[in-house]
Amino acid sequence: MEQALEILFTASFWVAAIRIASPLIFATMGELICERAGVLNLGIEGIMTVGAFAGWFTVYSGGDLWTGVAIAALAGAMFGLLHATLTVPLGLSQHVVGIGITLLATSLTYFTYRLALPEVTSPPKIEPFQPLPIPGLSQIPVVGEALFAQTPLTYLAFATVAVVAWVLYRTPLGLAMRAAGENPSAVEAQGISVTGIRMGAVMAGSALMAVGGAFLTMSAFNSFFFEMINGRGWICIALVVFGSWRPGKALLGAILFAAFDAYQIRLQQLSGGVVPYQVFLMMPYVLSILALVLVARRATYPKALMIPYQKGER
Amino acid sequence: MRLEPKPAPSLAATLAYPVAAIAATLVVASLLVLAAGASPFSVFYLVAKGAAGSQFALLETLTRATPLIFTGLAVAVAFRARLWNIGAEAQLYIGAVVTVVLGTGALPLPSGLLIPIIIVAAMAAGALLLAGPAVLKTRFGVDEVVTTLLLNFIVLLFVSMLLEGPLKDPMGLGWPQSSKVIAEAQLPRIIQGKRLHYGFVLALVAAFAMWVVMKKTVLGYEMRAVGHNPEAARFAGIPVNRVLMKTALLSGGLAALAGFSEVAGLKGNLTLDLSPGFGYSGIVVAMLAMLNPLGVVASAIFVAGIFVGADAMSRAAGVPSYIADVMVATALLSMVTAILFSRYRVRWR
Amino acid sequence: MSYTSPTAEPPVLRLSGITKRFGALTANDAISFELNKGEVVALLGENGAGKTTLMNILFGHYVADEGSIEAFGQTLPPGDPKAALAAGIGMVHQHFTLADNMTVLENIALGTESLWRPRLDRASARTRIAKLAADFGLAVNPDARVGALSVGERQRVEILKALYRDARVLILDEPTAVLTPAETEALFRTLKMLVANGLSIIFISHKLGEVMAVSDRVLVLRSGRLAGERATARTTRQELAALMVGQEVKQPAVAPVTRGEALFVMNDVSTSARGAGAALDQVSLTLFAGEIVGLAGVSGNGQAALAGLIAGAERPVSGEMLIAGRAVANWSTRAALDHGIARIPEDRHAVGTIGDMSVTENVISERYRSARFSRHGFLDWKAARNFAEGLIRDYDVKCPSPEARIRLLSGGNMQKLILGRALDPDPAIVLANQPARGLDVGAVAYVHGKLLEARARGAAVLLISEDLDEIMALSDRILVISKGRLSAPSARGERTIGEIGELMAGHLERAA
Repeated sequence: MEQALEILFTASFWVAAIRIASPLIFATMGELICERAGVLNLGIEGIMTVGAFAGWFTVYSGGDLWTGVAIAALAGAMFGLLHATLTVPLGLSQHVVGIGITLLATSLTYFTYRLALPEVTSPPKIEPFQPLPIPGLSQIPVVGEALFAQTPLTYLAFATVAVVAWVLYRTPLGLAMRAAGENPSAVEAQGISVTGIRMGAVMAGSALMAVGGAFLTMSAFNSFFFEMINGRGWICIALVVFGSWRPGKALLGAILFAAFDAYQIRLQQLSGGVVPYQVFLMMPYVLSILALVLVARRATYPKALMIPYQKGER
Repeated sequence: MRLEPKPAPSLAATLAYPVAAIAATLVVASLLVLAAGASPFSVFYLVAKGAAGSQFALLETLTRATPLIFTGLAVAVAFRARLWNIGAEAQLYIGAVVTVVLGTGALPLPSGLLIPIIIVAAMAAGALLLAGPAVLKTRFGVDEVVTTLLLNFIVLLFVSMLLEGPLKDPMGLGWPQSSKVIAEAQLPRIIQGKRLHYGFVLALVAAFAMWVVMKKTVLGYEMRAVGHNPEAARFAGIPVNRVLMKTALLSGGLAALAGFSEVAGLKGNLTLDLSPGFGYSGIVVAMLAMLNPLGVVASAIFVAGIFVGADAMSRAAGVPSYIADVMVATALLSMVTAILFSRYRVRWR
Repeated sequence: MSYTSPTAEPPVLRLSGITKRFGALTANDAISFELNKGEVVALLGENGAGKTTLMNILFGHYVADEGSIEAFGQTLPPGDPKAALAAGIGMVHQHFTLADNMTVLENIALGTESLWRPRLDRASARTRIAKLAADFGLAVNPDARVGALSVGERQRVEILKALYRDARVLILDEPTAVLTPAETEALFRTLKMLVANGLSIIFISHKLGEVMAVSDRVLVLRSGRLAGERATARTTRQELAALMVGQEVKQPAVAPVTRGEALFVMNDVSTSARGAGAALDQVSLTLFAGEIVGLAGVSGNGQAALAGLIAGAERPVSGEMLIAGRAVANWSTRAALDHGIARIPEDRHAVGTIGDMSVTENVISERYRSARFSRHGFLDWKAARNFAEGLIRDYDVKCPSPEARIRLLSGGNMQKLILGRALDPDPAIVLANQPARGLDVGAVAYVHGKLLEARARGAAVLLISEDLDEIMALSDRILVISKGRLSAPSARGERTIGEIGELMAGHLERAA
């Protein structure tokens, strides 16, 4: 029991928690942008898969790490464009299209992987992002080690939250995005194209999701394998709801969630096999559902979420 | 641009759009085949041959279509009432678990009793599994898409736990698999020596029954009303939440039958790879059928044909068999687009 | 242009030959007019006359099939709200175009700066808003969330939005529909100030009284055409009304009917607050056989709660309801239908019908479980189709077939089917919520005729409407609802429109 508590005060636990949180932060911010503009993006799981592969494959084929991140983002944005074309101007069901994008993105990735590496049995590794301790700050016990001795992608994840929050609440563009998700006719009445805003948001959001996926191959597992996203995308959708569509709260949710995940891994080691390991593995998913139930009652959805908009319609 | 509703399209127009959707799918697939360095025509020929080129191929396609009919029906029924059940995969596994629990000797009954009991129990388990998200939706307003998706992962881990624990086959050499179901719990083969089993007949019966439910019954009417406009349905006195619950029970039960039929008819035991995503493919099957239960049979056979054909083609032509998944996903997206254009016309001004 | 004001300046706005068709319907037919600096032009017409379509074209939401628009001598590119805004045209929509989750300032500033600026300049926006608010009497807190504002305040925000963009022409689409008489007065004062500052205003309305009060010139639209133009000072309500409907306005003939027994009684009923509208606060109401009770009031004052309650969608939290003398328990939609309450909902499209289902499926929606249409869980489609065909015939509905999706029908035909569905079983109690809204003259007369028929048959009818003329014409007794409370009833002709307006503004105690 004491051991179980002690875990919480070790630096390695928090380092792991922040690392686990990083891909979730990217993807949650991506989903948040889409939903704030009024589009539910269920393509997230597939787009993360694409990002994971694209980033990894770029580096595997000799590209540089940041080029990998950029390619992943670009690939994500392309699938975002497809999603947005179908759901925004055409107004198709965001549920069906989202699932379709996930199926398409995932299968295309697997197809490409098999095409590019027909022979391999064990997935080849790449040289991933290395931790970049920030001088001074990383010396602070526990907190410093957890936050300031991570890889550059983790820093980018936190920076993304700040940028998303700034854009949403401090810039004219953010106003337009928030309004597009609440009452699109307000956006059109002010001479801004709702279609443009929404499509842009979905593309940018999808790019972030893909970077979240890329984190897994470029900063965590160092190689690409099938089913590696493993429901992380769906969890991010729950995190957006849990964070009431606010970047700061969603970030907190992601860290909380990751800490729990890191904790269960350590508990699992402690439990010594008495409790089946699957019970621990289930926890993240169970937790996500609980989180949804907890906040659903008082959640204030963007009012126009999932409602297609036609010009001149009020 | 804007979309304007069209009056009811002619039969020819109604048929033209699915054809266009399939054409679009073939174009995408051709590009991938070219990327793989093969010739699209020979690849498509190999896929078609692998799916329907011989009695063996055809039977294999029908065998593969069987679980897809069940999951396709589950999705079609749920989506019709706009209950987004993306959890057919989990319900399938629960159905399989029940089949194994009851069918491996726990109930020493003759076939005629045992199989109906297992069917009812499996359906009940699947129904209950979807009842959870349905209650969360109607009572707490939790989006069922996310909960059913997450349940897929939870259930798969649960199955894994069972297969390494209480359901583990003592003779399985350590593999995570269950014992085989007893002979009385097995669905007989339709043709002696071939893999096609009576699960396929059960699927056809289920499809017809669902067609009757949707077209002829009060429940079907209520489900369509709730799906098209819940607010108007509620105003008219249709008990929206109760209808959603009934839909969930029906849908979950149908998906569970897929698991039952795969175990009792084909595999004989439960493993973690019982379903290569039948639950997700069911969504495609249902959408291709425009949610029509009889259409589900046709689209399930079509989708199964692509998978079976692509497997055969892959061995012969060296194009990864994942092309089947790409084609199926593309077909889904192009089909929903085609349906849109059959109902609306685009005006650019 | 004989009636234009005597300025020498060129018109600020010139519409030439605007035509817009939606399928077979011609919403605007070769409409031309000019707007001069510093005048208020009223665009008068019935619902469906084409006013809103015309303004949507002017503002760039729609593209006209023919015709052109000039603003300040420059031709406006079609279909571009941005160009309309840039040309100084501001529009206050009937349904506000405000994002509830943002503040007043954010709503006003939305789209006024380049989207790619790294920072929204709140400080200067705040200063400008404060100045505009002070200049034109449009006080509103810039940091309030719009979702928390009253309807009148939201309208002020809408006007500020236009002024903030230096609008020289302001279009107001049915601006008074949601306002109390006092708020309307305040709006009119603001409009006078704006005109005095050189703005020009197009005031869209179907209310004669307001048009007479606020405008300099009236353009009358009828069935998509410009039916006439008059200087307000030189015309009368009667003349405008005749122009509007194209014939002498015929009041429906209301035959005297002796009032019967009390069919529906509410004693001190309250409901819990839900959504935007007011909840009912200890409302008592009796509906007698053979009479129409009209419920007047500004939208959002509890009409939705009362309608929901009688329709069975809501339950009382306190008080009792009696139908035919007996207290009702377990109130629900089903119970309401079983007690013989016919319901005509406010929103035909969203609530009254299921657009993608057929006419047949729609007309049985309230009674599909009765023995007439189903047995042992199976529907009798033949009986349902016969019923639909009967309604189509009896209610003179124009539709291709009972199997047609109801979405494809016109509003009037849709409403006739809803009437048929509700009135076919000869209900004892009829709840008609805005039954004539948005219909053409013929359909309005038809709806009114059917309500009067029900009354003559001995039904108790509750007519909820925001159209005072409709209420005055049909009702045997008139009640006014304000902030969830009812006024004392007045008999036909007992109160003037002015007195009822007083009550609508919430002066219940004083007047009662």
